[in-house]
Amino acid sequence: MPYTPHTQTEVREMLDVIGLEKESDLFASIPDDLKVSKLDLPDGLDEFSTFNMFKKLASKNVTNKLMFMGGGYYDHVVPSAVDALAGRSEFYTAYTPYQAEASQGTLQALYEYQSLICELTGMDVSNASMYDGATALAEAALMAVRITRRNKILVDAGVNPTYIEVVKTYLSFRDIEVEVIDMNGEESNLEAVESKIDNTVAAYLFQNPNFFGSVSDFTSICDKLHEHKALAVMSAYPVSLGMLKDPGSLGVDIVSADGQCLGNYLSFGGPTFGMVATKTEYIRNLPGRIIGKTLDKDGKELFVLTMQAREQHIRRQRATSNICSNQNLLALRSTMFLSLIGREGLVTMAELCFNKSEYLKEQISKVSGISVVNTQSTFNEFVIKTPLSASDLLAKLSDKGFYAGVNLSALYENRTNEILISVTEKRTKEDMDQLVTAIGEVL
Amino acid sequence: MSVENMTVTTIFDKSQEGRKGLNLPVLDVEAKTTLDSSLLRKEKAKLPQLSEFDVVRHFTNLSNKNMAIDKNFYPLGSCTMKYNPKIAERVAGLEGFSSIHPHVITNNMNEDVQGILETVDMLEKNLCEVTGMKKFTTTPQAGAHGEMLGIMMIDKYHRSKGNKRKYIIVPDSSHGTNPATATMVGYEVITIKSDANGGMDFDDYCAKMNEDVAAVMLTVPNTLGLYNPRIKQLCEVAHKYDALMYYDGANMNAIMGVARPGDIGFDVIHINVHKTFATPHGGGGPGSGPVGVSEKLMEFLPDLGIKKVNDIYEFTTGGKNSIGKISPFFGNYGISLRAITYMTTLGGNGMYNTSSKAVLNANYILNRLKDYFDVPFGNKCMHECVISAKTLAKGGVTAMDIAKYLLDFGMHAPTVYFPLIVKEAIMIEPTETENKQTLDLFCDTMIDAVNLAKKAPADFQHYPKTLGVCRPDDTMAIKNLNVRYEQ
Repeated sequence: MPYTPHTQTEVREMLDVIGLEKESDLFASIPDDLKVSKLDLPDGLDEFSTFNMFKKLASKNVTNKLMFMGGGYYDHVVPSAVDALAGRSEFYTAYTPYQAEASQGTLQALYEYQSLICELTGMDVSNASMYDGATALAEAALMAVRITRRNKILVDAGVNPTYIEVVKTYLSFRDIEVEVIDMNGEESNLEAVESKIDNTVAAYLFQNPNFFGSVSDFTSICDKLHEHKALAVMSAYPVSLGMLKDPGSLGVDIVSADGQCLGNYLSFGGPTFGMVATKTEYIRNLPGRIIGKTLDKDGKELFVLTMQAREQHIRRQRATSNICSNQNLLALRSTMFLSLIGREGLVTMAELCFNKSEYLKEQISKVSGISVVNTQSTFNEFVIKTPLSASDLLAKLSDKGFYAGVNLSALYENRTNEILISVTEKRTKEDMDQLVTAIGEVL
Repeated sequence: MSVENMTVTTIFDKSQEGRKGLNLPVLDVEAKTTLDSSLLRKEKAKLPQLSEFDVVRHFTNLSNKNMAIDKNFYPLGSCTMKYNPKIAERVAGLEGFSSIHPHVITNNMNEDVQGILETVDMLEKNLCEVTGMKKFTTTPQAGAHGEMLGIMMIDKYHRSKGNKRKYIIVPDSSHGTNPATATMVGYEVITIKSDANGGMDFDDYCAKMNEDVAAVMLTVPNTLGLYNPRIKQLCEVAHKYDALMYYDGANMNAIMGVARPGDIGFDVIHINVHKTFATPHGGGGPGSGPVGVSEKLMEFLPDLGIKKVNDIYEFTTGGKNSIGKISPFFGNYGISLRAITYMTTLGGNGMYNTSSKAVLNANYILNRLKDYFDVPFGNKCMHECVISAKTLAKGGVTAMDIAKYLLDFGMHAPTVYFPLIVKEAIMIEPTETENKQTLDLFCDTMIDAVNLAKKAPADFQHYPKTLGVCRPDDTMAIKNLNVRYEQ
């Protein structure tokens, strides 16, 4: 299907203005020996055949299993209004808001996004979003290295293991030392962390609730870090902040998070977006776009991209990051989501997740042979140990129509029989009872 | 003017204590004793309180304050603001794609996502054919992310041979992401000046090339809209020193079905699918930056891929020399899906036509405007042209003034002041999807601007006049930093 509107007559008229005889002369500057004759690809398909083809492909993916997988990506509600609003092409077919007068819609929405993220996290300033939770944490680590001018990063082993891999990749090319600190079971070993903090450490990266679902109080660790002029960097789960202590109150210096849970689809892991928020004093080291409010020449308020001297298009090799885009549309969706759910709604959502998870935890621990591994409080995820291998149990439950959890044996050598189970507000008592019954049946 | 017209009303200003928007499912299990108070939030996050309708009206009204491709001609150079076919949105919205959990990969339940994996395979194969590269990965989440992956693999390549090299060469016309990426991966940057023809100065390039250079990053055609006829020689010089050639594919829209980077001798390329392959820009993202490599770099590809075994797609992990992960899973999969949908409708035959018409449109604009503006590099270009308002600026009207003037005529401004090496640069990329009538209206408006600039340069200070706001004070934005709503 061609998307080019040119008629034959118009092509001729245009070539005449350019002063060329034929269309292929347009490529005269490319040496002939570099040219290809034809691409070995099928001809273009009409829209209807294309749609049928992709519909058939979509039907090969399984959508009807009950979802208890989390691990950083959650099956939360996506309100219809978010789809309708973000589906407006005035938003999704616009570009980066470089021309402020022609982009006030995007710019104001992003200013509101930054404000909402600050309220949520208890931080002073937020950028306008980055790629995802993993890369946002890596950027936060690099930011801490710039601020402290130290090049050692401590990472808690309770951080999402795929995030740790991404952080390691980002840092490995920069001669930055990364030390992963082992856990005490499913909880952070805070004593071990404390013993590692000294004047050479740039930051300690942790996640709360951690990958295993456990919630801890990191206040004293944050204090200890500050005694040594090191930074506390926390990867958060935004929905949990309806209930759990905000990172600002914990004493965290830089917060990162994945925003999939705030009104975005699972979409096989992307696109989601990453957030990075921090204290005012560190704003010059914050990577990514920042929106500010200012006045126009007549004194009217308006929004602009600001502090661009940190960014690659101005600063080139001296920029804070090479990042150019933000995940604007996803950040926009979360702005709409947080506006819809509101002050009380976010609390309700978090409490639903917590209470339902507590119910499932209790029911599942009654199944003979299954034990819940977490010894401390959890939010909406927990780890179970099974008598079968995790792979076997998950496969059997999958056959019965359940995505019962994330296989921890695939991520950790020493967790062969363990599964990470997640519960959101979408799961009903009936869903959970069915899962418990099914586990009993397959064991 | 009333105060209301002078201030903005944010979503927070519309909040009413006690108002509710979204209804959530009810709690159908017993509420548990809550967590220890040391773990709990003391004060609720001060989110606004609105009805669903309040929120819908607020954001609908905001959307009206945007220019967007569906509403306006958007000739931003280097951004390829082409029409985004609606079918791609419809396909991406299918539940069979949008509701799939990525930890299906961790659980190795590949049989549940065969359709998804087939689309990934289709995209990788299409990209290989268009670029002439051996293998693609779709894990990078944007062009700059792809650049980073590319340079990381190059770094690994040299290290695997026992060399740690120090420098990356970029031309002074490059995108800012190229040198910024080099720094991210721990390299120093050598910048080579452009010659009078707009290409990288060949002699200086040869003089700076040595065994400490890890790679050369080139945008082809470059940001001046020019195809360097010595491109193959540039590759040969680098390869003599085992420096690798990085192809910034931002301008791929100019040469699909015409010339392939892999055939020329490039070792790595990233593609901006949000440019060439028509996925929506989303107001600044999400994009996707798949990366293709030559044989030399296959072993360094990131730690997640696919392969087909007995008609079943399986996941693959990276080999021992893999750079590891730069994204948890398959990057911005939903964007990759839109790209392969577009490519399917376009087909091999449509790709050449796309590039040809993109180049036709840009040359048409250049030739209609060449007598009215300074034209630093002749009257031929590829998919975009760079003209200059240098002469006009002497009379007081700058490239920015021209840009602001255009906004009043329902057109987005071209890119201005980039590339940095052209004074008062105006970089115009019309793309292939614009019709001649739109191009004519744009050229006529540009010529009107030139005439007005000669008669009444002072008038330009007042543009744009129709958008409600005009000329932000950027200095004040930094000095009186206000980056959040204070409650």
